[in-house]
Parts: sequence; C-alpha cells; structure tokens
Amino acid sequence: MKKLLAPKYLDALLAIIIPVFAITGLVLLAIGLYWGLFVAPADYQQQDAFRIIYVHVPAAFLSLGIYVGMATAAAMALIFRIRVFDYWAAASAPVGAVFTFLALVTGAIWGKPMWGTWWVWDARLTSELILLFIYFGIILLRDALNNAQQPATAAQVLTLVGLVNIPIVHFSVNWWYTLHQGATLSKFAKPEMHPSMLWPLLICIVGFGFVYLFLTCLKTRTLLWRSQSGTHWLAEKLGVKHG
Amino acid sequence: MMNAKQKKRCYITVGIILASAAVVALVLLALNENIHLYYTPTEIAQEQAPVNRPIRMGGIVVPGSVQRQGEGLLVAFDLTDGLNEITVSYDGILPDLFREGQGIVATGQLDNNYKLVASQVLAKHDESYMPKEVEQSMRAQYNDS
Repeated sequence: MKKLLAPKYLDALLAIIIPVFAITGLVLLAIGLYWGLFVAPADYQQQDAFRIIYVHVPAAFLSLGIYVGMATAAAMALIFRIRVFDYWAAASAPVGAVFTFLALVTGAIWGKPMWGTWWVWDARLTSELILLFIYFGIILLRDALNNAQQPATAAQVLTLVGLVNIPIVHFSVNWWYTLHQGATLSKFAKPEMHPSMLWPLLICIVGFGFVYLFLTCLKTRTLLWRSQSGTHWLAEKLGVKHG
Repeated sequence: MMNAKQKKRCYITVGIILASAAVVALVLLALNENIHLYYTPTEIAQEQAPVNRPIRMGGIVVPGSVQRQGEGLLVAFDLTDGLNEITVSYDGILPDLFREGQGIVATGQLDNNYKLVASQVLAKHDESYMPKEVEQSMRAQYNDS
C-alpha cells in the first residue's frame, strides 16, 4: 500500500488510467447524448423539453457525488497525512463546482417554460446554490493557503463541515414542500421513467462520471508533479538533466 | 492499523462532522415551517396562513373547476390536497404544464373569504417521464377497466 502510494508508482498508474477514463467518458457521452437527444421518444407532457434531463440529472448527481469523494479524500488526508489524498480533494473542487453550476443553469433553463419561472427559493434550489458557494469557498481557501505554503488543513476542515449540506440537498424534496419534483432515480424504487428514456440517462450519468474522473486524475497528476519538482525520478522521466 | 496520532485525528474528524451536523440540524428544525415553499389547502382551511399577506399555496388543480372569465386572461380554479379545496383566481399567463389534475404552486394573497388572489402560478412537475404512446395505452387500459 505504502509503495503504491509512492509518487513514482502513482504517476505510472495515473499515466495509464487518464487516457482510459478520457476515451471511455467521451465514447459513453457520445452514445448517451445522441440516444437521449435524438433517438429517445418525446415526453407525453413536456415533449422535447424533457431532454435537458440528460445533462441536468448527471450534473446534479455528480455535484453531490464529487463532494462525497472530495470529503472522503479530505478526511483521509487529515487522518493519515498522505498528500495524494489532499491532491485529489484539491483537484475535485473545481470539477464539482462546474457540475453544480451546470445543474443550476440547466435547471433554470428548463424551469422557465415548464414551471413558469427561472428560479424559486425552494429548499432544493437553495441548498444546491449553497453547495456552489461551498465549492467556491473551498477553492478560494485552497488558493490562499497554497500561496502561503501551508498544509491545507483549514481547507480539509471546511470540506468536512460542508458535507452537512449534501444530505440536505438530496432529501430536501422529501423533507419540505418544494417546487422541484422528487427523485426520478432512487436506489430502492422502480424508476419513474420509461426504459426507452431511462437507458440513455444512465449512460450519460456514467459518461459524465468518467469525464469527472479524467479531469480530476489529470489535475491530481499535475499537483503530484508540482510537489515532486526537483526529484530525480521526475527529472529523469521528463528528460531533464538533474543538476 | 492506526497509530495513536492517527486515531486521535480520526476522532477529531468524526467530531467535526457530527458537531456541524448537529448545529445545522438544530437550525433546520427551528426554521422548519419557514423552509416549506407553500401552504397546503388544508393548512389554509385551518386558517394557519395569514390573510392579506403574500403567501404560496400548492395543490392539484381540481378537474372541471377551471373557469375562464370573459375574453381576457382571468381564470379561476380550485386547488386540492385531497382533503380541502381552495379557490384561486389569476389574471395572467399560465405555464405550459398547467392543466386539470396538475400540481400547481400559486403565489398571492388570501382575501377575507379565504380565496387566493394569485399574482403568479407555477406548475409543479412530477418525477415520471414516459413517451406519448405509453401514456395513451395506459389511459386506454384505465378506461377499459
């Protein structure tokens, strides 16, 4: 385990999985989005407007999922002081923020014709907006800490505190009366969606998931390299004469 | 597996999560009533909502209750939560998804007769999605039985 986490081996592992994640993600997204946007039948009520679900639901799902991964990594970094976990947490934050933003924007675009409003301050929308602000806070705090060459303990603690918001976003539609509908996909219930529409959605979720893994691994590797600058193995790898 | 230092940091980590969860849970419990987006027709029938102040009411449009008045946009309909019905009047453009049997959230003020004079009507969509043909065949089966 220790050996596997050594920068040299980790770098070799990342070098292999990064292109695999990138290609898998792009292929799945191409299939899922084409299927969802062009092949799947129109909804009986919303007609073609429902198709925004193929971006909105994966983005919203990942905005929560990425946070859970980031908080797990932050906790590991906090407890075991293994730096690569902190790199993963640092790399996750901008990706999570982008997906959160995407979920909010696609939701607003859909909300205008379907609900009759871009925005309403119900529990789901408000807690998702708070999630975006938490991501921003973590990114800004990390930026400030990096410049000071301090360990990112404060950013890790903030990440753990922000974890409270995740179940609130998820359960907001059950705990309070909201304008936002309940979950279409839930683990324990039969999906409220016809299979002809559901399959492309599942493919899109997995596809966007691989895009997230690709981006986060890429950034993690960059942070790893930066921390290892001046070491012998990296200089050798990059063909730089080590002085 | 964990040494003493790591164990201590593990407790601190769990402590941070539990403490922040407890704080947020208490705040949300205290604010609970205010986080609901709307009142139900039953709550309004029980006079829990203020009169002559802006509120929101959510419910299902009672089939057959939609009445258009005159040539303009003025429309009146009843909202129900299965127990009580409250009449809503609205002068404006209804959202695409507005129809009988649809979930609606109306913003407006209750007059003294407990009728809601709405300034905004939003459609509340449900979580089911299906193609037109499936919906039609389901409806046909329902009508046959």
